Amino acid sequence: MSQSSQSSGGTGPSHRSVEIGVAAFLAVIAMIGIAGSLKAGIGWAAEGPRAGFFPFYVCLIVLISCGVNLVNAVRDFSGRELFAEWSQLRQVVSVVIPATIYVFSVPYLGMYVSSGLLIGAFMKWLGRYRWPMVLAIAIGVPIIIFILFERWFLVPLPKGPLEDWLGL
Amino acid sequence: MIEDIGNLFHGFAVVLQPYNILLMVLGIVLGVIIGVLPGLGGANGIAILLPLTFSMSPTSAIIMLSCIYWGALFGGAITSVLFNIPGEPWSVATTFDGYPMAQQGKAGEALTAAFTSSFVGALFAVIMITLLAPLVASLALEFGPPEIFSVYFLAFCSFVGLSKEPPFKTVASMMIGFALGAVGLDQMTGQLRLTFGMPELLSGFDFLIAVIGLFGIGEILLTMEEGLKFRGNTAKINPRVVLQTWAELPRYWATSLRSCIIGCWMGISPAGATPASFMSYGIAKRVARNGDKFGTGVIEGVVAPETAAHAAGTSALLPMLSLGVPGSPTAAVLLGGLLIWGLQPGPLLFVEQKDFVWGLIASMYLGNVVGLIIVLTCVPLFAAILRVPFSIIGPVILVMCAIGAYTVHNNTFDVVMMMVFGVAGYLLKKTDYPLAPMVLAIVLGDKAEESFRQSLLASQGSLGVFFSNGLVGSIMALGLIALFWPLIQDGWTRLHARPVT
Repeated sequence: MSQSSQSSGGTGPSHRSVEIGVAAFLAVIAMIGIAGSLKAGIGWAAEGPRAGFFPFYVCLIVLISCGVNLVNAVRDFSGRELFAEWSQLRQVVSVVIPATIYVFSVPYLGMYVSSGLLIGAFMKWLGRYRWPMVLAIAIGVPIIIFILFERWFLVPLPKGPLEDWLGL
Repeated sequence: MIEDIGNLFHGFAVVLQPYNILLMVLGIVLGVIIGVLPGLGGANGIAILLPLTFSMSPTSAIIMLSCIYWGALFGGAITSVLFNIPGEPWSVATTFDGYPMAQQGKAGEALTAAFTSSFVGALFAVIMITLLAPLVASLALEFGPPEIFSVYFLAFCSFVGLSKEPPFKTVASMMIGFALGAVGLDQMTGQLRLTFGMPELLSGFDFLIAVIGLFGIGEILLTMEEGLKFRGNTAKINPRVVLQTWAELPRYWATSLRSCIIGCWMGISPAGATPASFMSYGIAKRVARNGDKFGTGVIEGVVAPETAAHAAGTSALLPMLSLGVPGSPTAAVLLGGLLIWGLQPGPLLFVEQKDFVWGLIASMYLGNVVGLIIVLTCVPLFAAILRVPFSIIGPVILVMCAIGAYTVHNNTFDVVMMMVFGVAGYLLKKTDYPLAPMVLAIVLGDKAEESFRQSLLASQGSLGVFFSNGLVGSIMALGLIALFWPLIQDGWTRLHARPVT
């Protein structure tokens, strides 16, 4: 995994810190799980093990594994290996941010409009295409999806104000 | 046995209906496209397309979906050979010799060898399924809760012992999967748990959302980080090259056979196609007389991993069909499909849903034949897809993932969850946490827990029930061996190294 990050001299977060962060994150999930299991009851009742019995032990194992992984991360990585370079992470974030906006806009704008906007934004900012090309693809793809899903397979997708206005 | 052959022919009759053949071709083409595109793989590709099959009959649906799977297996080879980019993890080993061959202008030979070996591997595995699945299923009909749990136990322990990721990361990822699977309604007591009063969590985490997020979105993010530049060789396949390569291939029958066996073994135990392809390549390299030439464009170096990967991918369906325990994430998605279509996966399928089971097995035979023909004739077309720039194909894949996630339950919250899983998948993958065990644990969590609790209920809480008879005891023992395999191997080598030092 680290071969790509060491090749050039860029900077970025260390692999160790991300490793520790992931282990800590999973440990937090495990603790939430343990708390929830305790609330549901981890003991025995008349009908056998109670609802929290299984998840409690499962989360306990996660917690223990996270401890081991944390120790391993501190031991195996010096802190000098890079997780990824900032320039690479910027690429990743440049997908994550529009994609996050996209998933939250779907309930309001509908699947078709927000998909068109996402594709258009990608092509304009990352691909630097000319407007005619951007518009052709950003409008064409949702139309193809519409025909494919709503007409052929009869699967309705979320619709927004535009579809209401068009009466679809 | 005779009855099974009769059933198989009946299956062929089902598959050979024009509508089903159409679905088969459609499935293969979609599958190859999925296999070629980065960010879409067998598992999440099928997860995305699963909702399209809700209105079909289960038999037609499984024919289409399993053909997408075969297509994806074939498709991975195209990008490996022509672009040096493995479209799927299991075709990484194919790039070692496939890409050098393409650079030497022998792309046609490499692709023909890859497709043909895939076909051979799949055929071997399908024949094995035809012969073994009914036997395993009839054996499994006798299973009680402890035996069923022991099979799950073995499946999950194999992950820990056989995967190349650190064992504690495998355990953590798997158990997180179980925990996510436990959220929502408790199947046995009808009690709500781990929902923390959030109505969105009432129905729990759906593994299809997890698959689309972890594998689809996570993969797109990885692709973005690497900043893919597609610069590929052109593919020219004409009948003369195909025939020439076919004439050469029988020479490697030993490699083929060995790879088939490795593939089947790794496919049944849920280690999967990826380690199978590496293992097969490694062994072929060690055994071959020209082993030192491996990596420079030897045709055997294409035959070995492709045969094993396809054999493993296919045989992963054996435990899924006969026991209800999928051998790979893709098989898990197909299993999820069975549940949605109202079929109960497991040994009873062979008794109650003969049409379905034998239709599926027959479609494995025909699907691979159709697949071989399609990929051999349409390679340039599929290769052209990769020449579409990522800034166009990337958001389109994202949109497909979002639509797939939405259509599972017609719920926009799932689309948000998909994104969360996607970012998590990127981080987990970068830090070497395996994702397959997590997905399998989300799918099988409820069933594993149910069998575990039923066993304990019967034994009044004593764990001895899992060693109470020879069958369950030996499956559990195998599981424990698999679980501690890294330690056992370590101890073994140390024991043998000591006299030398």
